[in-house]
Formats: sequence, C-alpha cells, structure tokens
Amino acid sequence: MAGRAAALAILTFLLVPLGAVFWRAGGGAMPDVHDWAAVRFTLWQAALSAVASTLLAVPVARAVARRRFPGRGALIALMGAPFILPVIVAVIGLIAVYGRGGLVNDLLGLACLPPPGDGRPRCLSVSIYGLHGVVLAHVFFNLPLAVRLILQGWLAIPAERFRLAAHLGAGPGDVQRLLEWPMLRATLPGVVLIVFAICLSSFAVALTLGGGPRATTVELAIYQAFTYDFDLARAAMLSLVQLLLVTGAGLLALRLGRTEGFGAGLDRRIDMLPPGGRALWLGDAAWMTVAALFLLLPLGAVAVRGLSGLAEMPPSVWGATGNSLAIALSATLLTVSVALALALARRGWVDLAGMAPLAASPLVLGTGLFLLINPVARPVDWALVVTLAVNVAMALPFVLRIVLPAAQEVERSYGRLADSLGMRGMARLRWLILPRMRRPLGFAAGLTAALSMGDLGVIALFSDPDKATLPLTVFRLMGAYRTEAAAGAALLLLVLSFGLFLIFDLGGRGAATR
Amino acid sequence: MLQLDDLRLRQGDFRLTANWTLAEGDRLALIGPSGAGKSTLLAAIAGFLRPDSGALRWNGADLTAEPPARRPVAMLFQDQNLFPHLSILRNVGLGIRPDLRLNAAQRAQALAALERVGLGGMAERLPGSLSGGQQSRAALARVLVQDRPLLLLDEPFSALGPALRAEMLDLVTALLDETGGTLIMVSHAPEDARRIGGLLSLVDEGHAAAPVPGGEAFANPSPGLRRYLG
Amino acid sequence: MLKHPTDSARRDKEDALRHLAIATGLLAATQAAADTPVLSVYTYDSFNTEWGPGPAVEQAFEETCGCDLQFVTAGDGASVLSRLRLEGARSEADVVLGLDTALIGAARESGLFAPVTVKADYALPIPWQDPEFVPFDWGYFAFVGLKDGPMPTSFVELAESDASVVIQDPRSSTPGLGLLMWVKQAYGDAAEDIWEELADNIVTVTPGWSEAYDLFLDGEADLVLSYTTSPAYHLIAEGDDSKIALPFEEGHYMQVEVAGMLKSSDQPELAQQFLQFMVTDAFQSVIPTTNWMYPAVEPDAGLPEGYMTLMEPAKPLLMSAEEAASVRDVALDEWRRALSQ
Repeated sequence: MAGRAAALAILTFLLVPLGAVFWRAGGGAMPDVHDWAAVRFTLWQAALSAVASTLLAVPVARAVARRRFPGRGALIALMGAPFILPVIVAVIGLIAVYGRGGLVNDLLGLACLPPPGDGRPRCLSVSIYGLHGVVLAHVFFNLPLAVRLILQGWLAIPAERFRLAAHLGAGPGDVQRLLEWPMLRATLPGVVLIVFAICLSSFAVALTLGGGPRATTVELAIYQAFTYDFDLARAAMLSLVQLLLVTGAGLLALRLGRTEGFGAGLDRRIDMLPPGGRALWLGDAAWMTVAALFLLLPLGAVAVRGLSGLAEMPPSVWGATGNSLAIALSATLLTVSVALALALARRGWVDLAGMAPLAASPLVLGTGLFLLINPVARPVDWALVVTLAVNVAMALPFVLRIVLPAAQEVERSYGRLADSLGMRGMARLRWLILPRMRRPLGFAAGLTAALSMGDLGVIALFSDPDKATLPLTVFRLMGAYRTEAAAGAALLLLVLSFGLFLIFDLGGRGAATR
Repeated sequence: MLQLDDLRLRQGDFRLTANWTLAEGDRLALIGPSGAGKSTLLAAIAGFLRPDSGALRWNGADLTAEPPARRPVAMLFQDQNLFPHLSILRNVGLGIRPDLRLNAAQRAQALAALERVGLGGMAERLPGSLSGGQQSRAALARVLVQDRPLLLLDEPFSALGPALRAEMLDLVTALLDETGGTLIMVSHAPEDARRIGGLLSLVDEGHAAAPVPGGEAFANPSPGLRRYLG
Repeated sequence: MLKHPTDSARRDKEDALRHLAIATGLLAATQAAADTPVLSVYTYDSFNTEWGPGPAVEQAFEETCGCDLQFVTAGDGASVLSRLRLEGARSEADVVLGLDTALIGAARESGLFAPVTVKADYALPIPWQDPEFVPFDWGYFAFVGLKDGPMPTSFVELAESDASVVIQDPRSSTPGLGLLMWVKQAYGDAAEDIWEELADNIVTVTPGWSEAYDLFLDGEADLVLSYTTSPAYHLIAEGDDSKIALPFEEGHYMQVEVAGMLKSSDQPELAQQFLQFMVTDAFQSVIPTTNWMYPAVEPDAGLPEGYMTLMEPAKPLLMSAEEAASVRDVALDEWRRALSQ
C-alpha cells in the first residue's frame, strides 16, 4: 500500500544515512561530559519552551474561539506567520523589539529615573539574552502552532454542549470545569510534546540568544563534532540520542493525548455563546491584543528594516528567489502527496514515521546522504533531489497532522458509500478525497510552501554554487557586511513565504467542485 | 435467491446469528429494538463486515469474500448518501461508472433516472440546495441506475416527516415493481413494514428470525414481537 | 572561447539555411569543451558570490590557463575541509582555497595535500614557510566599535569596563576560535581568569560572524569581535567612517587564509599554476575590496585608500598549527568553564 511504502521510505531516508555515518566512523563514540550537559540543556529549554508556549496559548485560543469581531480571520492568519518564518529573519525581528537597543528598552528608557551621584540616569531594561531569551524566541515561533492546535480542541466541543450548559445556568467557571478542562486535558499533552519535539533541534536560536556556552544544544554539539573536530562517531551518536529523544516524546504524545492535528480548522462555524460580563470581555480582548503585539511587532520590525534595503539588493537575489520558489513549489506537491498517501494508510506507526523527521539533524542526514551518494555519483548533480527530499521530510510532521485527521473524517463519513459504489484508486481520489479535503490540503500546501521557502534547506555538502536559495542569499549578504541588502532580501523572503501560504490556504477555501 | 447460511456475525462483544433465505422479488423489513443488530446484518450483506462463520449466497454464488462493490447490492445509509461536493447528476452518475467517465448514453440514463424520481431539471444542483425529500429521491435515482437486484435500506428516510417517509417508501415500492428487485430494509416503525407489504424479520437477542409474512406476524405476534410492539 | 554555444544557437535559430553550419559549430564547441581541462577549486561559500572575489578570479585565470575553472562551495572553511575528508582520495577537488591558520593542522594531518612550490614576495607581518599551504590573504582579529563609543585598550581594560561585546562561538566559527587562541597566547595560564572577567561584558555568543556583526550594527553591543579590516568596508563601500578597530596592547591574533593542492588531483600542473597565479596581481588586487582582507602580496597599485587609515597592530600574534592544536582543547575547556558560571 502506498501509505506504508511512504512510511518505510521516510524511515529509510532518515535511518540509512545515519547508518552510513556510523559505518564510516567505524562505530559510535560515547558523548563526553560536555555533550551530556548539552543534552540536559536541550531538554530543559525545550521543556520550558513547550510548557510556556502551551500555557500562553490556552487563554489566547479561548479568546479567539469565543469572540467574533471584524478582521478576526486576518488576525488569525497573521498571527500564524512566525511559525513559517525563517529562523534567521525571526531572530532579527525579535532583537529589534526585545534587544538592548530594541523597542521595549527604548520605551523603558523613557521612564528613566533622574541620575544619582555618578551622573548616569538609572533605567530599567530587559535583556533578551539568556535562557529566558531562548524560551521567548521559541514561544514566538511556536505560540501560533499551539494556539491553532488548542483552538481545534475548542471547536471540537459540540455547540450543543455550550448551549446545554447555558440552559442549565452554568457560569464561566462551570463551563470551564465541565467542558473546557476535559478537552484541555486531552489536548494539551499532545501540544506540549510537539512543541517540545520542535525545540529539541534548536540551533541558531539557542546559540544566538542563549548568551554563552551554557546554552549549548545537542545540535550545536553535533555541528562541532562534525565540522570542527571531524569526529563522525560522536556526531552520529549525538544524532542518535536526538532521534531517541524525539521519538520518545512522540510516543508519549501518542499515548497521553488525542493527537488530532491542527486541522484546517477555523472555518467551522461554531455558535459558541460568548460569555457575558465586561471583565471577561476585557480579559479576552487583552489576551488577543498582547498575543497579537507579541507576534506582530517583530514581523513589523523585519518589514521596516527591510524596506530601505530592497533597493540595495544585488541582482543575484532574483535568481535565488526563482530557485527558492521552484524548490518550495516542488516540495509542496511532493509533501502533500506523501502526506495524503500516509494519511490514507490509517495506521498508528505511520503517524509516528511522519513525526520522526523532527528529530533528524540536517547535518548528519546530509553527511550520511553524501557518504551514500559520493561513491556512485557527483553530489552536486543530486543537489536538487536531496534538497527536495530534505524539505519534504522536514515539512511532513506538520502536514501529516493537518491531513491525517481530515482524511480520517472523510473516510468515516463517506468511506462506505464510496466502497459500495466501487470508487477506488484514482476515481476515489478525484471524486471524493481531493474535493472533500480541499481546505486541509490547501492549508497543508501553504504551510509546506512557506516552510520550504524559508528553510536554509541546503545541506552545505550538496550546495550547488549556481543555485543559491533566498535564505542562503540573506545569510551570504549578512556575511559580507551587506546588512541593508540582507534586510531587504529578508523582507522579500517574509513576503513570499507568507504570500505562498495565503495563496494555497485561500485556494483551498475556494468554491467546491460540482 | 438470497441465502444466509448459518451466518454468525461478531462485532466486539456483540453477536448475531441468522439462518434463512429470501426469494427474489421479496420485500423484507428488519425490525427490532435499538442496538439489536439490524444495521449490522445489513452491513454484512452489503460486504462491510466479514462474518465469523457461515456463508452468504446470491442465487447459489458465494458472496462471503466479495468486496462491497462486487455484490449484487445497492445500499442507502442512514445519512451521507450523497457527496455534497458533487452535482446531483454526478452523484447519480457514480452509480453507473465510479470514475464518472460517462458517455452520452450513460449520461442520458442518469438524467432519465432523475426524471423518473421527479428531479428533472435539477441535475446540476448540489445536494445542499435540495430539500431532504429531494435528496432522498436523488439517492434513489442512483439506486435505479446501479441496477442491482438487491436493495438495502438502512433507515435512509428516518429524518423525514411521516408523510414524506411514506411517499418515499411508495416510490421505492413503485421502483421495485418496475425492476422486480429484492428489498431488505431496516425500520423502527411497524407502519413502514406494513407499507411495503412484505415479509417481516424480528432481530432481537442476538438472532435475526426467519422472515414471515408481515400481515400474519402483526395479526398473530410472537412473544418477542409483542414485547417489541409493546 | 565560446562559453555558451546554446546562446548563439538560439540567436540564429530562425535562419534555417544556416542550421547545418550551426550544428557543426555546436559539435565543435562541445568537442572543445570536452577537451578543455577543468580545474576544480573547493572554496567557502562567500568566496564565490557575485560580490566576492570568485567571478573576477575565475575570469582572470581562465584568460591565461586555457582551462575551465570551476568553484565548488561547501559552507565555511571548516565545512570545506570536512567535505574533503569525507571524499578522501575520490575527491574531484584539485585545489582547496579558503582554509585558515586554525585549520591547517587538521588539514595537514589528513594527508590529503601535496607539497607545492610557490614563489612570492609576501606582505605578511610574519615570515611564511609552509610546504603545502600558500597564503592568499590575511587579517588581524580585533574588536570593532564606534568612534564615539567605549575604547578599551586591552582585554584587562575591556573586562574592567562596562562596555558590552558580542563574540562568536569557538566551536562553530573561525573568529571565535581566533579569539580563543588570541587570549590563550596573550595570557597563557591566566586565560581562564581573563575569560571570567570578560563574562559580564559578553552580551551573547553567536554561532557565526554574520549574526554577531549584525547584532553590533543593530546597536546590541558596543563592540564586536571582527577584523581590523572591517572599518575599511564601511569606509570604502558606504562612505561611513564611524566604525573603528580597537588596538589592544596584548597584540592581535592573526588569521591567514591559505590554499593547497590535493594529492589526488588529476590536474597537478594546472593546480600548481593556479596557486602561483593566486599570488599575482590579477588575484591579489581583487582581494581588498571583495574579501575585505589584506592581500598576501601587495598589489602593484598598492592598497586601496581606505586601507591606509586602518589600525596597524604593533604586535602580531599567531601560534603554529602544532601549537594551536595542542592548546585548543584546554583553551576551550577554560572558555566553557569561565562563561558557564
């Protein structure tokens, strides 16, 4: 069956290269004391980030679920942007807001106390550097995801229950206890664990904002082992540790909670009666405002910084844009197809296989593939294939969470009818699956396109010098003192990523076929 | 002839047995309390549930291992009998070719079926824009073009009002009169069983009783049927 | 040389009468391309960008060599070396360009490099003698700040001041490793104390140079670890003279970027020719305003004007590859301990 084949292909794609690295290294090497410190820090920051993202997402999701206001859809869409933002761009935006010279500190600076004896004014200031900065950045990235997942839980509570509760005279507290808490208890473990898994492989965020060697993650240890020590045995071992951690988290998530995905969601009309009371209304408004500011200000900062740089961009940016678009669109087609095949296979371990790429270290994966390909072909000839494959694998965990529940829903509702009519293969796909799944597929395609657009995606070992991608070009410009041009290209990247996301997402919402 | 040959069904803890035959052209109503297994029996005949043991035959041919679409069966479910994203014409067309590659004659056949059930001129409408009764008619039009000798109804009209339900059952009997098809329907309502004027089988306590003529059964109910009718 | 036969083919496509002639021409061009020896040069990513030295170097060398020079890029210098080690003797590389003094030890140890003889009148502040590696540019590490900002004159003074600084991680970046060696060579056993003193000045440690320099330009720190040549970029390319490199009393650690030839090269003569070309004016004159480093050999026209204003350290520091290799792990442990508190 196509689904099982796809699941096997994914596991093969992840494990065989790792095996190749072990083979080349002649076995594994035990991680040293510093590596274990890195493992501890990685777990700790991922746990904090996951819990913080999830807890903050609860009131935001509740506010979004039960309030109606003009521009709600646009707000939700915009609030999702950080998740699809390239790390490097997001960090720039975060620093522009929370950095030492950022907006927040500028505002705090306005409230300086008069100078004491030494003549320097005393100012309050916040620092983004340190563990809290890492967590802040991870919350920035993952809050949108968490909100969407939890919102889905809220929308899954049948409207009749809220009506019944209102009919029985239940106050907001009772509704919380009777309806919302059981839903949260079922949903939150899954949310915590997926954010945890995402944060486990953090590299640039943890290092740039971490403030020093305390903030060493496993991914950095792998990088160091591979690049600066050329210790393949240790790199492979660390990669294995990382894989086990994420797989463990994934298994826990499957056990502990309903892991239905974040669905196309948001389109379902829910007649949830907004609870009365000015205090509650104000509370909801406050949560939504804070979340919107938290997520949108850094994006605004990226935009402002980039505007003046647009004119400075060298012509190569356009070639890179073309390359990135081509990769993003091909990766989208492939990822959605693979996810659909997996989703229609309907098996638990298939779900887990789709999650596994979260754990893969791109460096070790790339090295393994290089070791496999190099003896038989020129790696550069395989650059496109490898880049695509890596992008597909990296987007799959997210896409699968969207497509899987939707596919199950279609099969549950219409599977028997289709079976009784003998709709199989292409006929079933064309006349049932695709039209019924337009929305989730559109959403999934938008997410994949944006993620592949923003992914550095290129494994240095396979990089084709003439086929630079846009994120790589941003990075190259930054590395050549051309900060303005880099900011311009980063803005271009932001606009294109988000634009692709919107086009696919909205396309999925278009009229159904007749 | 439909033959339920010492059929034993199991779904989790639930068990059901049936051992009887039904002649071609017969109309059978399965009645019994909720959860007694009426739909389960129908699902087994349609091919959605593999029997634990026993066999299912149609005119002597063993159906037990056949997939749903290869059985001589057309079926209407409790709900979701139409694909809401496809026009009425396409929904009917699926009964002719599941890949919808209809030639002119097949298209005409589908249109004629729609005409027959009183939906002429509505071919291009989406199911959502039709009333409940019209949706049921559209589903019946598909049954017509499917042209299968055995029709299974799993309470497809239960959401309709009494008058509309009666109208649909009349339409079903009229269609069966034309095609000479065999009918098995699940029903809660004894009046539905009377309306189709055929056989009756009580499904209760893990057993689907052999069909008996409906008039007789109601005039002279068995203890089980009496309990059910209250 | 006809570089793009297909382009000319397209131009003449409509002239049906000339089809045959074109086809023959194409054949000849393809033939010629097949006969042209290819020199494969592995280098770091930023070398071969449109604003880097790559394009000018390629053009200049191809004019003289009758060959096709192909750059293959693979991340930073350390990644290039990793790739070579993965490929081993199967590598297509003829020349590797862009290793630096911190990597020479490991590169030599790999046994992949062939001895070369290149004659040049180096403008390096230290004597250069290496059997395998030829320098093409160099620079001093330095803290770069603003003219009107804090200007500590030594590590000790920096540590005592409340100036903020962004540095790079020695485990993932060349400048980070350079700083580690700088402090180690200047302070020896007292290096750990210096790091401890510096800890509260360090805003953050970034994975690479780009992130650190970007943070500095954004005003996140008073100082950033970079090169003494950094102000030249702002001066020459942006007309901005507000950035300066701070002279430190301890002296300044050097980075020398080198190239070498692989034993496994199937074009040893061409590779040798390229390395010799590398120290000529055609190559060297491009370096200052593309790679923003000092050329290894003074260009005929001298250094660009902006370079004249640069700070020149009184005391160049550089450990030999062997020395650097022997202290690296200890220095890294000290660094990690001091900054982890």
